[in-house]
Amino acid sequence: MIGSLSHHSGRSALALGAFYLLLATPIARDWLEASMSRHMLVQMPLLVVIGIIAARLVPVRVQDSLLIRFGGAWPCVIAAMFASSYWMLPRALDAALTDPWAEVAKFITLPFLVGFPLVLAWRRLTLIGRGFVWTNFFSMLAVLGWLYIVAPVRVCNSYLVNDQENAGWYMVIASVLLFFWWLGTLLVGGGVGPDKPDQGGSGGTFA
Amino acid sequence: MSLAKRSVLISALVISLGTWVFWWGTDGFTAFTAETARRVEILRSPRALPDVTLEDQNGKNFHLKDYQGKLLAVDFIFTRCTTLCRSMGMIFKQIRDLIPEESLGRDFALLSISFDPEHDDPANLKKYGEAYGADGNIWRIARVQDKAELQSLLDAFGIIVIPDQFGGFEHNTALHLVGRDGRLRLISDIDKAVPFAEQVVALL
Repeated sequence: MIGSLSHHSGRSALALGAFYLLLATPIARDWLEASMSRHMLVQMPLLVVIGIIAARLVPVRVQDSLLIRFGGAWPCVIAAMFASSYWMLPRALDAALTDPWAEVAKFITLPFLVGFPLVLAWRRLTLIGRGFVWTNFFSMLAVLGWLYIVAPVRVCNSYLVNDQENAGWYMVIASVLLFFWWLGTLLVGGGVGPDKPDQGGSGGTFA
Repeated sequence: MSLAKRSVLISALVISLGTWVFWWGTDGFTAFTAETARRVEILRSPRALPDVTLEDQNGKNFHLKDYQGKLLAVDFIFTRCTTLCRSMGMIFKQIRDLIPEESLGRDFALLSISFDPEHDDPANLKKYGEAYGADGNIWRIARVQDKAELQSLLDAFGIIVIPDQFGGFEHNTALHLVGRDGRLRLISDIDKAVPFAEQVVALL
């Protein structure tokens, strides 16, 4: 049983790694980064998702010991908030296109400082803690989207100004849709989002 | 150490590190866009420019280095542009008219550089120049024909040109001042023509 389970997760890890490498290929990068909307709303979320899936492939026991090593849920959540908001800066977007080191930093930090630590922290977060993370994310997305729509100047030198406006609208729409989806889970499913609390059955709270 | 204590300690560490990264990445919370960053950096350390070969509206070849010893105002254009570059022409004309006449050409010159050399041959450059009274001496309209040289010049200035969906270009537009030492020393907004001219006059 355990053997087949690890075999299965081994295959998933391999597929995940392959997908990660695929995103890093020049062709995929050129296409995904050619428009501001694809860059911010497809490539960057996919990188975060890679981190999320990677963390879920880690056995729950190891996740817990990693979480303890990192000092519990809060440092993980804070790191994720800093890293995700950094990549929302227009300057960081431009840098990812013009400076190879910034691009490398983006590919490393979005999975491993946003997706991965969020999963580690998630099971330990209370309903209010999760609500804080979600609403913080929605409002950041909506405010930034609105800024992009009304900005009188082009904020990214690498993107057309109407691309910036489109990205702004997509961000506002995404934040509204996500908010209602989250509200729905709050009313029906307990506000936990995609994941049930303590799904590993390991109960209790740290810190 | 208890986990709660560790949690607080590591959180504080993450917050300080995160704040430092933001501080470092935005030049002390001043430059949130690449355009502002470019301007801040130039002010802090004026940047050397490659000595490219240009061709002006009279078909005359010259080098960027030929301007050393003079203050030089530079802008980037393409003559098919129907929006910003039109106002750029007016703005450069305004700047020229704000500089004392005896300094024009002797201590101060203007240069509009086209990044669309395929279309902007001397004839088109001349047409653009005549629309704003660029005389080809005090104010030259020029193109860089060599692709690699043009790119190195755009890189040094921090200009990013991207094609738009109408067959034209979008690019970051600004007023640039090159010092007597041939280094780029000031970048300002195009609606700051008067302060820009005042800066030039102060340096004359």
